[in-house]
Amino acid sequence: MKDEVRVPVSSGADIVTARLEGRQLAAKAGFNGSDLTVIATAISEVARNIVEYARKGEIVLDIVQDGNKTGLRVEARDDGPGIPNIELAMQDGYSTGRGLGLGLPGTRRLMDEFQIKSNVGQGTTVVATKWIR
Amino acid sequence: MRVPILKQGDYLIASIQSALSDQELMQLRDDLAEQAGRFRSRGIIIDVTVLDVMDSFACRTLRSIAHILRLRGAQTAIVGIQPEVAFAMVQLGLALGEVQTALDLEEGLALLNQRTKREGSREG
Repeated sequence: MKDEVRVPVSSGADIVTARLEGRQLAAKAGFNGSDLTVIATAISEVARNIVEYARKGEIVLDIVQDGNKTGLRVEARDDGPGIPNIELAMQDGYSTGRGLGLGLPGTRRLMDEFQIKSNVGQGTTVVATKWIR
Repeated sequence: MRVPILKQGDYLIASIQSALSDQELMQLRDDLAEQAGRFRSRGIIIDVTVLDVMDSFACRTLRSIAHILRLRGAQTAIVGIQPEVAFAMVQLGLALGEVQTALDLEEGLALLNQRTKREGSREG
């Protein structure tokens, strides 16, 4: 059985759906109260980035294992305009949109692992993982 | 779903009942701005007890609601931020700025009573 959940994201309501699905899957993986909130918040931020900058994309949620560690992996991908300067986008308070500029750097702080790949004109993929302590 | 707004004397109390989409949050902002004027409200409480996520958008919208209402002569208090939500907000780097907060509805009402009294009666 595969613990993978895919949520297409193209509206504000989809952002809510994505974080609810994430919370459910994280609970199934064995995360506790405050980590559930942290994961749901991170999903909300990356999902909003999709809606705001790429208009549509997808959140893929997965329970992952590494040795005896269990975690939840959140992958946000889109075929949007991409991010020309990732270093800048990872700075607190930098935003080309309407946001506070905390989405990406904030998500990195919320999660244990964080990777971002982006190609201008091709899209952006963010992969963030949280491990059960 | 629209957030129900209860009028109680000089105050409006908005009790969020479920997770809100961005659109629903903006609807709340517009409803509060309109009703605060119509009812000449002096204080507004937004109860976020049921919210399990307060992300950057929610935070920014609550901040702008408080700012808009302040410009309209009313005080706003956000009440009921859950401990794990507060924890995630701090990690994310979110701040509510000058927005007043209180533990729960009761404390929020006490806070508004204090603040609106200090500013004096509007009729006075």
